Amino acid sequence: MRALLRVLALTVLAAGLLFWLAAGANRGWTKTSVPVRKLDEVTGIEGIEYRKRFVPGLDFLGVVVLGAGALAGASFLCGNKRQRTESKP
Amino acid sequence: MKLNILLPILCLTSAVLAAPQSFDFKDPKGVNNAVFKLDAPLEAITGSASGISGTVTFDPENPGATKGKIIVATASLMTPNAMQKGHMHSANWLDVAKFPEITFEAKEVKNAKTEGDVTTANVAGTFTLKGVSKELTVPVRMTYLKDKLSARVPNMKGDLLVIRANFVIKRADFNLMPGQMEEKVSNTIELTLSIAGASPK
Repeated sequence: MRALLRVLALTVLAAGLLFWLAAGANRGWTKTSVPVRKLDEVTGIEGIEYRKRFVPGLDFLGVVVLGAGALAGASFLCGNKRQRTESKP
Repeated sequence: MKLNILLPILCLTSAVLAAPQSFDFKDPKGVNNAVFKLDAPLEAITGSASGISGTVTFDPENPGATKGKIIVATASLMTPNAMQKGHMHSANWLDVAKFPEITFEAKEVKNAKTEGDVTTANVAGTFTLKGVSKELTVPVRMTYLKDKLSARVPNMKGDLLVIRANFVIKRADFNLMPGQMEEKVSNTIELTLSIAGASPK
């Protein structure tokens, strides 16, 4: 159980980090939509449209680190069967 | 005899041509926008509003006489972060339900300078946000595009007026959480207006 939780913690951390990197390593807040600019050639005005897209930011990375930390922390609460058996007189 | 007939016609024609035109800023192409920016520790909060309407009376022969009102639908203010948008629309900040409009009513044009189709001026008027009205003077750039409406909207003849303005307001002046959360959201709001109005003939 202890090992399983630690592997899970590492997996969550690695997957979260990879997802954040793959999505552009945004060092700002997480975005749920992105502005897309389109130029109106007659007036020269750049119109702004929002397209739905999830862009994870540093807050997302924070949640991932916290989650992985919680899993790793929980692994210490789980007893190590072998150690307990060995420590018995 | 001929001169007696021609002269009034000429006067009437020039009067009609020089008359102030009314420009409607409800843009069918949806490119008109107002961008806002507030400094914040991790990343500046930037968003835009697209729900723009209003009318401006502009005389190409006398840009100094420009008057009008621009309205921004408060509910159209967007940020890329859904949670930020929710906070911004809430009763603590913009209170969209109670104050559905942000307006600027131009009352006086100062220091108007025209070069070709472009007029730069300082426009004094009343800016209203969250029910609070303040007198502001905003530097404005107006570009008059004669007979360009058909290039934007097929089968429609007329003129276009492009207005651009950059100015700064303080959120505390407009009852937007005055004196609160300044370590998270700056008191200064940078506003950039880029809008085009049409005057069909």
